[in-house]
Amino acid sequence: MSFNIQKIRNDFPILKRKVNGYPLVYLDNAATSQKPQQVIDCIVDYYSNYNANIHRGVHTLSQEATDAYEAARKKIQTHFNAKEAYEIIFTAGTTHGINLVANGFSNILKKGDEIIVSAMEHHSNIVPWQMLCEKTGAILKVIPMNEEGVLIFSEYEKLLSEKTKLVFVNHISNALGTINPIEKIIEKAHEVGAAVLIDGAQSCSHIKPDFQKLNADFYVTSAHKMCGPTGVGILYMKEEWGNKLPPYQGGGEMIAEVTFEKTTYAALPHKFEAGTPNICGGIAFGAAIDYLNNIGFEAIKEHENELLEYATSKLSEIEGLKIYGTGPDKTSVVSFNIEGIHPYDIGTIVDKLGIAVRTGHHCAQPIMDFYKIPGTVRASFAFYNTLEEVDALVNAVKKAKVMLS
Amino acid sequence: MTIEAIQEELIDEFSMFEDWMQRYEYMIDLGKSLPLIDENLKTNDKLIKGCQSKVWLNSEMQDGKIKFTADSDAIITKGIIAILVRVFSNQKPQAILDANTDFIDEIGLKEHLSPTRANGLVSMIKQMKMYALAYQTQEKN
Repeated sequence: MSFNIQKIRNDFPILKRKVNGYPLVYLDNAATSQKPQQVIDCIVDYYSNYNANIHRGVHTLSQEATDAYEAARKKIQTHFNAKEAYEIIFTAGTTHGINLVANGFSNILKKGDEIIVSAMEHHSNIVPWQMLCEKTGAILKVIPMNEEGVLIFSEYEKLLSEKTKLVFVNHISNALGTINPIEKIIEKAHEVGAAVLIDGAQSCSHIKPDFQKLNADFYVTSAHKMCGPTGVGILYMKEEWGNKLPPYQGGGEMIAEVTFEKTTYAALPHKFEAGTPNICGGIAFGAAIDYLNNIGFEAIKEHENELLEYATSKLSEIEGLKIYGTGPDKTSVVSFNIEGIHPYDIGTIVDKLGIAVRTGHHCAQPIMDFYKIPGTVRASFAFYNTLEEVDALVNAVKKAKVMLS
Repeated sequence: MTIEAIQEELIDEFSMFEDWMQRYEYMIDLGKSLPLIDENLKTNDKLIKGCQSKVWLNSEMQDGKIKFTADSDAIITKGIIAILVRVFSNQKPQAILDANTDFIDEIGLKEHLSPTRANGLVSMIKQMKMYALAYQTQEKN
């Protein structure tokens, strides 16, 4: 289908609103995406017509809800080309998935084992592993990055050894937009027998990873960055790991049999899905994936690349403006500062002009420390943004610069 | 001048502006005019938590009145501090503790009062009141 931007924008009711008297220009998509009517309708339909608890009830509503929830899992499996549907574990989101894996590895890692993280991780892909190291005595190693915001692959290779047990890297940096060469990272880690977790929080709205082809052991992502609701995400876990890792939380759903002497755990994926899950969220996640696939990831990529190139070139014309993250492989994120002006000040002024950007350290303080800056202004574009909105951003930044200089 | 009188004065000044842009430009000017704080005082223990920009707040007791000096690395935040310093500096602890902050709404800066706002205006006011309480307790002992 052809890419009809106006038709797409009409799907998103929120894009019609005004902020501070100006039409909303939403450029904080790396934080969360907006939701199309199709996803909103799916949520309303669930609660209006077949809300029930799943997997247990024999009544019709419970059957319908269970079928819809499991159909969503299947849809997600197909979308990401996982081998089995039970390798898709529903979680509360990316952070939850990472913590689940970190918790599992606390029984596997021994003192002196090494785990490797990259210099451009979100705090949620750093802190759980630091906690894991404290608990197990494992050692955390960091893949450095260069000025362009690109990981130095040769340094990564040097860090790998038979002591390496786990490597965790984001697919795309939330603060810089850099796309990491995860295929190569995974391959190298596997050569020394280490497992790999990919944090895909930022990637799945832009590209469609193929889990079998990537061959990652774990891949985590969140629905809310992909036009789905908040509070739901997935952890893809290869079957062998699913069998190896212990359950994360105890509760309903995750058991096969309970007596006070011994409890046996349920099979995958339920072993890791204790308690009543976010049923509506899972179903709506499926609807979001349908929506994105209907537009098509090739078309999304093409449009977003156009936005990125245009924004990069227009913003670069502003004197004193520096862009962070200038590597060759990037998604539509422009992180920048203007010399002598605090990012918070720019964010405040452009917000008054109806433009939503993110300012601050983006939960990636090590990156800010690397560049020796307090933070950046980050404009992150989605497929529903337009070139006119890029112009609005550029004009607002120019205005802010005049006011703040 | 009493805190109420200074607040009235600020409300008067801000009432002259027609739009947000003029208000912000004035606030930026106020920020620029904030007396420089001694660099030695910009230590971590003087930092106010909860701000996306850095805010240092120092207080001294002089003749029964608290003197505040402050700084920030962001200019809009600095403007907000300048307003707060003007209102609360050179006042007795009890007067600071009794003061309300409704004037912030009246000068059109209500959006900065939200506790989730990362500039920490709320934290700044709280910190100033904490200092006032601490000095007052000291005095009583």
